[in-house]
Amino acid sequence: MKERASPVFLERRSYRQRRLMDAARLLPVLGGLLWLVPLLWPQRTGSPAPAEVEAVATSSAIVYIFGVWIVLALAALFLSLMLDGKAEAQGGRGD
Amino acid sequence: MATLNILIAVCLAYVALLFAVAFMAERAALKGRGNWLRSPWIYTLSLSIYCTAWTFYGAVGYAARSGLEFVTIYLGPTLVMIGWWWALRKMVRIGRTQRITSVADLISSRYGKSGLLAVCVTLLAVIGITPYISLQLQSVTLSFSSFAVNDPGGQSLIAGYDTALWVAVGLAMFTILFGTRNLDANERHHGVVMAIAVEAVVKLFALIAVGIFVVWGLAGGIGPMLARIDASEIGQWQMDGGRWVGLTFLSAAAFLTLPRMFQVLVVENEDERHLRTAAWAFPTYLMLMSLFVVPIAVIGLEVMPTGSNPDQFVLTVPLTQGQEGLAMLSFLGGFSSATSMVIVASIALSTMVSNHIVMPIFLRLTQGGASGPSDVRHVVILARRLSIGLVLALGYLYYKISGGGSALAAIGLVSFAGLAQLLPAMMGGIFWRGATRNGAFAGLVVGFAIWTWCLLLPGFGGGVLSSGLMEAGPWGLSWLRPHALFGIEGMDPLLHAAMWSLLLNVTVFVLVSLVSFPSPLERLQGAQFVNIFDHSDNPQSWSGGIAQSEDLMIMAQRILGPEEVQSFFQAEAARQGLAGYLPEPTPDFLARLERELSGAVGGATAHAMVAQIMGAATVSVEDLLAVADETAQMMEYSSQLEAKSNELTRTARQLRAANDKLTQLSVQKDAFLSQISHELRTPMTSIRAFSEILRDAEGLEPKDLTRYASIIHAEAIRLTRLLDDLLDLSVLENGQVNLNLRDGVLSDVISHAIAATGTDMHVMRVRRTGPASEIVLTTDHDRLAQVFINLIANAQKYCDAERPELTIDVSRRGGRVIVDFIDNGSGIPPHAQGMVFEKFYRVADRQAGGAGLGLAICREIMGRLGGTLGYLPGQGGAAFRVSLPAAQRMAAQ
Repeated sequence: MKERASPVFLERRSYRQRRLMDAARLLPVLGGLLWLVPLLWPQRTGSPAPAEVEAVATSSAIVYIFGVWIVLALAALFLSLMLDGKAEAQGGRGD
Repeated sequence: MATLNILIAVCLAYVALLFAVAFMAERAALKGRGNWLRSPWIYTLSLSIYCTAWTFYGAVGYAARSGLEFVTIYLGPTLVMIGWWWALRKMVRIGRTQRITSVADLISSRYGKSGLLAVCVTLLAVIGITPYISLQLQSVTLSFSSFAVNDPGGQSLIAGYDTALWVAVGLAMFTILFGTRNLDANERHHGVVMAIAVEAVVKLFALIAVGIFVVWGLAGGIGPMLARIDASEIGQWQMDGGRWVGLTFLSAAAFLTLPRMFQVLVVENEDERHLRTAAWAFPTYLMLMSLFVVPIAVIGLEVMPTGSNPDQFVLTVPLTQGQEGLAMLSFLGGFSSATSMVIVASIALSTMVSNHIVMPIFLRLTQGGASGPSDVRHVVILARRLSIGLVLALGYLYYKISGGGSALAAIGLVSFAGLAQLLPAMMGGIFWRGATRNGAFAGLVVGFAIWTWCLLLPGFGGGVLSSGLMEAGPWGLSWLRPHALFGIEGMDPLLHAAMWSLLLNVTVFVLVSLVSFPSPLERLQGAQFVNIFDHSDNPQSWSGGIAQSEDLMIMAQRILGPEEVQSFFQAEAARQGLAGYLPEPTPDFLARLERELSGAVGGATAHAMVAQIMGAATVSVEDLLAVADETAQMMEYSSQLEAKSNELTRTARQLRAANDKLTQLSVQKDAFLSQISHELRTPMTSIRAFSEILRDAEGLEPKDLTRYASIIHAEAIRLTRLLDDLLDLSVLENGQVNLNLRDGVLSDVISHAIAATGTDMHVMRVRRTGPASEIVLTTDHDRLAQVFINLIANAQKYCDAERPELTIDVSRRGGRVIVDFIDNGSGIPPHAQGMVFEKFYRVADRQAGGAGLGLAICREIMGRLGGTLGYLPGQGGAAFRVSLPAAQRMAAQ
């Protein structure tokens, strides 16, 4: 329930800020999903364990997990630089 | 031997360095030069207390046992930090605006400043964290003994001392020194934060140094390292999906609910903008902390003899390779991890214990802190210091009782699962307005009970529950088995407990919240917490009640210290436009004061203390709703207006009456003046006429001569009497009359008056009733007789009955002597009854000889005699009542 009437269209800058807030909200969701991916990798003890499928090597897993980690940190850095303080003040009131 | 001695020396030097850093930071903050203390980097580094010794040593051991699963412990917090826009931003804002001091304070404040909830959360936190603290003590002890292994002399040294005890004592000292130095209203500890920031750098540096040594020193580069990893026992991806997700979730939850994390995230936060730096910097820190864990574990598994403790690889790998300096650094890293965690955790716990358990009890015992003789401020600090000691003692005891075995290693996750029980109440509280105190309480109790039953008790010191109980369940109820609730067997015990406890916690929380109804204060707080960004500067309001500002000041001084409070009160007074130190207790001021206090003693206690001074805690809860208050004010104002308008109407009516009277008097005066000139003129005319006859006419007979002279004489007497009356009245009115007091019987006065008027019984009959002869009066009898004569004469003159009759009735009533003069004429018309005692008034203009001064004179006389003269209506004729005080009669007897 929005009590105040918000304008339908925003100027370009405000619009950009709103979308950056959306991105900031979505980033952890993206991170969570990416880190769920390893669960789909074939395992030796997994339930469908065909003999010919080789389990993923730990080194690859490390590269993947830490790669995601670095990407997320960089994305968070980008967002924190782009989002300005004034936008933060009104961020909680939705868009 | 030398190694261990050097180690101890380095260790002590390091501790001294920490003391110095903390001390300098405190000094700088005190002098206002501490801007660099408020940088976002310090904030980010202070968050690193998430990485405890359990992380520093345990992660490598964890990796050696179960591969990459250890990383979940860091993935959860990373997601929370990256998602700061969701929860952390809100928590920090709430914490800053509401002056939240701990997790318990947050939850209790949100749910109507409930003391019960605060106690509940505090107990849960103490129970959950104590094993965690003992884990830190254990890791420091273990790392000491790892050094001692290669050192025969050292082993006996280690055996001779109780390392854990000394560590606990040292930490308690440090924490008490820098954690309870002041009761800063913001609960920020610059010294401690600075010290843990330094420790954060040391532990990251140590772990990376060991990692670099392992990768490039032992394995020979990144490529060979990866090959070695793949060739090791943990070389293949093997993961229990449930644990992967479950542990990530648990660590994320714990990151938000752990008291020490709340302390650094929210309470010690200087600036909300620091969060945006930490949002990417802290995940980076975590990533770096875990980057070399797997390499160290793999190399450790290779180079260390089988059976050696993988938890100590970080230390033992450099040691066995002869890198003692590196091992020393690594030791300091582990030491830093352990100490920083213990320091912050014990500060956070002691704040909770003192604010939510000790202070309420103290306040209750002293019947309100404001009237207590002792200094509340000192009590708070003392309570905090004792709580710190208590928390560390509990940790040490737990370590001793549990024997410090490998059972402790799992305790980190057990703690996480226990503290995660706070998550529903916390997140529900800041995102859902419908969450109620009852719901939060019920959810917490259920979750906590299940966690205790399924996870804490079975794991406690190797299991305090008997194996029979574990396999058959209590009272043979198999569906209550700790590791197989509701008959679902074969789950991982940790996941099993976490799943059921959180599931039922959330369910109960939501259900009870849906069916219960919150109190007004709860609803108000709920609205403020959930919509914190809409009205960040609008706290709960006090209203009604007249608090004594002075009492508030006395109470606040005991908690915050005199200088701070005086300047605060002065500023508030100035804000209200008042001079001096005492502002008006407006709701606005009280709310700010309460927030200042809550920084020192917690929200619930501060509210209770202000409520005690306000004197009407329960009333104000209802009045909190500002709308109701405004309505009440409006109503009061309008009723005041109404009263004022009524008063004005009354005054106007009185003025109109007075004006009427004045007009009437003016008319009478005019009438009297014409009358008196006529009265004067008549005798003057006859005197002049007869005196002219006497002068001019000659040969008057002696008979005529005598007659004319008599007429002149009579007229002169009449004139004299008129002038006498006027003079008499003037004297009486000016209070210059002299009374001639003496004793006498009332009946004599009446008889004298009747005789003086010369009443002829044929013309007017006089009846006398009442015990006049018995009444003795001490008064001026001549004056009294004058009054009576006047009244009787009036009756003679004005009684218009065919057979005039005057009744003189004497009676005693209520200590007064009453004499009524009642005739049987037509009486005085009502409109004239108020006027007959006025000067110059005459009822009728008929010629009766008087000048209209008689009754006015009588009334003046009676006033002088201490009595009254009034008209008595409704007696069938003109009736006058003379009332005299009987006290004079009594005195005469």
